Amino acid sequence: LSTLTLIEHGNGAALPGSLSALAAAKQLGGPVTALIAGSEGSQVAQQIAKVDGVEKVLVAGNEVYNHSMPETTSALLVDVVKAGNFTHVVAPSSAFGRAVVPRAAALLDVQPVTDVIKIEGEDTFVRPIFAGNALSTVKSTDAIKVLTVRGTAFDAATEGSGSAAVEDAVDPKPAPQSEWVSEQIVKSERPDLGTADRVVSGGRGLKSKEQFEAVMYPFADAVGAAVGASRAAVDSGFADNSLQVGQTGKVVAPELYVAVGISGAIQHLAGMKDSKVIAAINKDADAPIFHVADVGLVADLFEAVPELTNKLK
Amino acid sequence: MSTKLRIMVPVKRVVDAAIRPRVNKAQTGIETQGVKYSINPFCDIAVEEALRLREGNKDLVESIHAVSVGGKKSQEVLRTALAKGVDTSTLVDVGEKEVETLSVAKVLAKLVEQQKSNFVLLGKQAIDSDANHTGQMLAGLLGWPQATNAAKIEISGDEVTVTREIDGGEEVVKAKLPMIVTTDLRLNEPRYASLPNIMKAKKKPLDTVTADSLGVDITPRVEILKVAEPPARGAGVTVETTDDFIAKIKEKGAL
Repeated sequence: LSTLTLIEHGNGAALPGSLSALAAAKQLGGPVTALIAGSEGSQVAQQIAKVDGVEKVLVAGNEVYNHSMPETTSALLVDVVKAGNFTHVVAPSSAFGRAVVPRAAALLDVQPVTDVIKIEGEDTFVRPIFAGNALSTVKSTDAIKVLTVRGTAFDAATEGSGSAAVEDAVDPKPAPQSEWVSEQIVKSERPDLGTADRVVSGGRGLKSKEQFEAVMYPFADAVGAAVGASRAAVDSGFADNSLQVGQTGKVVAPELYVAVGISGAIQHLAGMKDSKVIAAINKDADAPIFHVADVGLVADLFEAVPELTNKLK
Repeated sequence: MSTKLRIMVPVKRVVDAAIRPRVNKAQTGIETQGVKYSINPFCDIAVEEALRLREGNKDLVESIHAVSVGGKKSQEVLRTALAKGVDTSTLVDVGEKEVETLSVAKVLAKLVEQQKSNFVLLGKQAIDSDANHTGQMLAGLLGWPQATNAAKIEISGDEVTVTREIDGGEEVVKAKLPMIVTTDLRLNEPRYASLPNIMKAKKKPLDTVTADSLGVDITPRVEILKVAEPPARGAGVTVETTDDFIAKIKEKGAL
């Protein structure tokens, strides 16, 4: 058994999901090799080489891998897997992992197992289906197991005193097939939604974009939380889509999740029900959100939330 | 140079999005008795986008062909697609068992070849298996460029520009036809089929083939050992005041 972990990085550092992927890779039991692609690869390699449990770091510094274009990155992944005779491939379940990994799996003639939340053995994994309404335990019979793992389900591997060897990866030098044009990342002073310890989310109960911002942003700052939103709030234009928590948005599992004016549709619960403590504020005592909440407050959010903000400041 | 689009739209029949699935007693899957099924919502968005590409661009689209890989009842979702305006369709009858995404991608690759499709529009994922594989796998098998999670699609000549939803924002990529694009939620609002069109759709072409006849082996690679309910959360408390609210959260160590 030997595992290759595909590292997602940006601005010269590995993203937190990659450190969770390394932790999952370590759980599999065999030696762990990390693969870093793109022209900042050597810089990221310095960081990853120090992570506990990483034996080797492979770098493909070719700029054709910048912006993680799926066509070239999957071609690289396939060649590195074959050259190193890896039995397992692990990548983060992010937009990046989702775009690249299934493509590479098809090229390896492997049925991938994605969104893994638990590793039960070297070939047996647990993954949510039906928006987390059921958990499926599956056993892969493919010679190579290709996995993506949920960051919220594995504690990030720590950067310790490791000193993995850094080597050049085999590089198939694929020709680019698609071109990266631009990106627009929503900037925020607040903690990142995907990795924050505390999240406060607003729903349709906030009534407008102006009220969403006036009520939720000061509350988030008082709690020290990232801001999230339900799909209903996003669809109504109250908040940007990048804030969406749910089956079709981000899956979060913070220490504290406060749902404000959110009814608790199945699709929203799928994105937050693994939070350690769930608190909910809603004026409708029958709202389904109260079925999953550890602490519920039946109140008008426009009175209760500013009050909470003042008391927590 | 401009290429006429021969669009393929794969569609899947799934448990309706409004229904809360229950795990069956045998823990082999979810309860399917008496449950309503519909076209997968992301597939519906793909059908809608294909129709809008035709309606919004004169002479751009030559044909729109829908495909479903499933049991006989998957004819229903093909009829839905035909009623909305898709031209022709194929059911790949694989029986009632769930077919893995790798097999679906292999089947679709054969049909793309047969249909001479040059643009495949499909949902980013099905809401039952939540896999989010098929488009990417098909793109890999065909060696075509891919753009997943599309929030906007523009086609000019044979160049396709796609705004993609990524973690924390959006990204714009472009590639040349032939290409695979998977659809995200914000791409469009699907239409409803009118009653006259539902009647007309009954006469539109719906061919049935088997995976065997396409030469694709659909033997599963991943065995489902168990399907279980997620662990239930303990009962919560309801409080009356914001002070109690803060106190209870602090008691649980989260503030």
